[in-house]
Amino acid sequence: MRGTYFKLRNSYLIYIMNSIIDLVYLVPLFPLIGFLINGLGRNNLSKSLSGIIGSGVILASFIVSLLIFNETRAEGFTATTVNLFEFINVAGLNIPFAFQIDQLSALFLLIITGVGFLIHVYSTSYMHEEAPQHFARYFAYLNLFVFSMLLLVLGANYLIMFIGWEGVGLCSYLLIGYWFKNNEYGNAARKAFVMNRIGDLGFLLGLFFIIQQFGSLTYIDVFSQAQGAGTSILTVITLLLFVGAMGKSAQIPLYTWLPDAMAGPTPVSALIHAATMVTAGIYMIARSNILYTLAPVSQTVVAVIGLATAILAATIALKQNDIKKVLAYSTVSQLGYMFLGLGVGAYTGAVFHVMTHAFFKALLFLGAGSVIHAMHHEQDIRKMGGLAKKLPVTHWTFLAGCIAIAGIPPFSGFFSKDEILVHAFAANPVYYIIGLAGALMTAFYMFRLYAMTFRGTFRGTHEQEHPRLNDAVGQDLHESPWQMTMPLVVLAVLAIVAGFVGIPELFAADAHKLEHYLAPVFAASTDIAEAHHVSHETEYTLLAVSITLIVVSILYALNRFSKKPETGEAEGFGKILANKWYVDELYNNIITKPLNGFGIFANRFIEKSGIDGLVNGVGKTVQWGGRQLRLLQSGQVGNYVLWMVLGILIFFVLAITILNK
Amino acid sequence: MSITEILFWFLTAMAVGGALMMVTSKNPVYSVLWLIVVFFAISGHYILLNAQFLAVVNIIVYAGAIMVLFLFVIMLMNMNADNEPQKNIWLKIAGMIAGGCLLLVFIAAIRQTEALQIQKVNTGGQTGLIHLLGKTLFTDYVLPFEISSVLFLSAMVGAVVLGRKGD
Amino acid sequence: MPINYYIFLAIALFSIGVAGVLTRRNAIIIFMCVELMLNAVNLLLVAFSKMHYENVVVFNPASPVGTEAQLFVFFIMVVAAAEVSVGLAIIVMMYRNIHSVDVNFLNRLKH
Repeated sequence: MRGTYFKLRNSYLIYIMNSIIDLVYLVPLFPLIGFLINGLGRNNLSKSLSGIIGSGVILASFIVSLLIFNETRAEGFTATTVNLFEFINVAGLNIPFAFQIDQLSALFLLIITGVGFLIHVYSTSYMHEEAPQHFARYFAYLNLFVFSMLLLVLGANYLIMFIGWEGVGLCSYLLIGYWFKNNEYGNAARKAFVMNRIGDLGFLLGLFFIIQQFGSLTYIDVFSQAQGAGTSILTVITLLLFVGAMGKSAQIPLYTWLPDAMAGPTPVSALIHAATMVTAGIYMIARSNILYTLAPVSQTVVAVIGLATAILAATIALKQNDIKKVLAYSTVSQLGYMFLGLGVGAYTGAVFHVMTHAFFKALLFLGAGSVIHAMHHEQDIRKMGGLAKKLPVTHWTFLAGCIAIAGIPPFSGFFSKDEILVHAFAANPVYYIIGLAGALMTAFYMFRLYAMTFRGTFRGTHEQEHPRLNDAVGQDLHESPWQMTMPLVVLAVLAIVAGFVGIPELFAADAHKLEHYLAPVFAASTDIAEAHHVSHETEYTLLAVSITLIVVSILYALNRFSKKPETGEAEGFGKILANKWYVDELYNNIITKPLNGFGIFANRFIEKSGIDGLVNGVGKTVQWGGRQLRLLQSGQVGNYVLWMVLGILIFFVLAITILNK
Repeated sequence: MSITEILFWFLTAMAVGGALMMVTSKNPVYSVLWLIVVFFAISGHYILLNAQFLAVVNIIVYAGAIMVLFLFVIMLMNMNADNEPQKNIWLKIAGMIAGGCLLLVFIAAIRQTEALQIQKVNTGGQTGLIHLLGKTLFTDYVLPFEISSVLFLSAMVGAVVLGRKGD
Repeated sequence: MPINYYIFLAIALFSIGVAGVLTRRNAIIIFMCVELMLNAVNLLLVAFSKMHYENVVVFNPASPVGTEAQLFVFFIMVVAAAEVSVGLAIIVMMYRNIHSVDVNFLNRLKH
């Protein structure tokens, strides 16, 4: 009796477990439903209801994702494809609408829905000043974004990924331009969209090459045939895909949209421009790791571009005074590190960094949002200072985020960044040196930001500190409500402990759980690529050097900016940095202006006189011809007979001369 | 030159001359009379070809009934050379040239068909006689014959409807 | 008698008819020219019937070949008679309405 009972229970369990993988479509379905409800009912829903719907659907997705993740952790789990329906089947090209569940997509599902849920909860409070229909619109966009991102990571082929890819681009446009009445914000949204489109074109071309080369877009087919393809075609494909990643993940030269994208609400910056959307490029390359491993040239390009972006963005961040701009450039810089990791073959490290970065960067952005909220939409750090006492929760969590991103053990950023840097050292010591310089700058500007915001004395206006003097119902500068602090605390805890899933072998054998977990995804690449091994002594040395230098730069930054903050405009070299190396101006002058000029020229000469002239000319010629031909229709019967006879004559002549030959 | 040939050329000259006079006469009444001459010449040709029935029918129907009808209408309208409408001289020339060209093209076309050049007509045989034609008409062609009577009926109705005064 | 002669005669009559249609403005004359063209064709048909008889006369002098052609001419005359009655009715109508038989006045369709 007992045996059968257990047997039944077991099979029942197995049934449940199988069905969870089969139910994967629920993960993107919930946000889609949320989008539809919020989007269609935005005029009728109350604010609290749309907030609950918006957050609730993400929570539901998160729970399903958690179950799926649990499933994928099982020993011997292999990638599963869930076919939903036939999507495109034409001329030998078969693209099903299918989802692929493996360790990589399950991990991304967790990051997206988990961090996404916290940000949704945070938003319910942060956006409470909006009118109800705009509030619902905001949540509709957020849900649509999460839906697109889930589609991107779940797709079993490049086309589904591309749909999600375009979807996040669209949502990013919608959310950056959320306050569309402000012209500048609208411009920022358009800039993000156009930059993304440039990248998307590369991505699309890459897809065409894949179709042409492999005859399929499904990952399994493409990757299994990849070893048989030539290196040159793989290089072309991977470079084109990387162009797409440049646009989406804000790498040189397409990175300028990301700092401008800070025009959107702060939670949007946290969700899209830090934690999830920009990691789409990383995900795509990690997903296509075998293609990149087989194309060393592309790998080098990825690494070099990543490194250049990391260092360039870090230098710019040194002199920014807008709290969100600093974080934006730090995002660009961290993305550069991830690409460096991908480029040197540290796929696990890159994904690891995506994860930890999602936690601490979302934390930092939300913390910044909390500060901005408390300061009544003041974003200039020169006008802050001394907020540590007034916003204790924000202060401690923000500090945790800063330490994490700076890379002090045992905070999470240390482990992931260290893993990338060690691999970079193994590939080429120059990478390591430049990367370390970037890391030092990161520590410096983050603590400059921290010091100028939370330390020292308050530099804001009196009204900001004591609004009640002017406003009877106002309160003193105070901590944000629980909907905002709760996500901060959760993310802070994650930012502190997340690193422990990837403890390097140096400290404990077999402790890198993440590498173990992700191994099946990157198995093909690790088999091919020659493993760079760094001896333990070297690794210890590298760690010691980097930690020492980072601590020194942190102490210097704290010391310098707590006491004597920069309040004036930057001068000399600093001015160049403050103006972001004048890259925007450069783009404006060498691309936008000539294109505008050409557009005006084309409009004036080609369009007006050429094309319009041609089109109108055709019309006029036909009208003129009609007026002339009309005269043939004299209405005189005699004329008609004459023409008839002439016609008969012509036919006879033709018959005699041609047909008789 | 046999009597047949003499008759042939005489009738040909009569037909062509009558036709030309018909086209060029200013007075419509003269045109009708010249056309009757042409019809008589053609009937003569029919007789030469031993198609007596058609010759008789041609004279009765065309020269008799139809041309009388024409004459009747012309006289009813009181037409003469004075109120005859005249065409633009250039249009006239264009018409003449077009007609001439048509003639030339036809002749050229006939000239090219060598098989026709050697063919002759035989004026003997029974085919043109009323006996044979009548037999064929009322056996093999009785249905078209009856249908033609319907055609006459409809033509009559049409003429009556068109000719009704005012409405 | 060669068939050519008849063909040329018929062509001549036909062409004169065409030229008449083209050069005259009087509707009745034009109508008569059409009749002339019909007769030219009739003459040709009869001539061809006799040409076919010539081809078979050596084998069978009593052959009825060519009867159909002459019956065809007969039907053409029938149709022509019907046509003339309707056509003349139309011309009378036209004269009654515009007091002229000039075809150049028949340009009302233009407006």
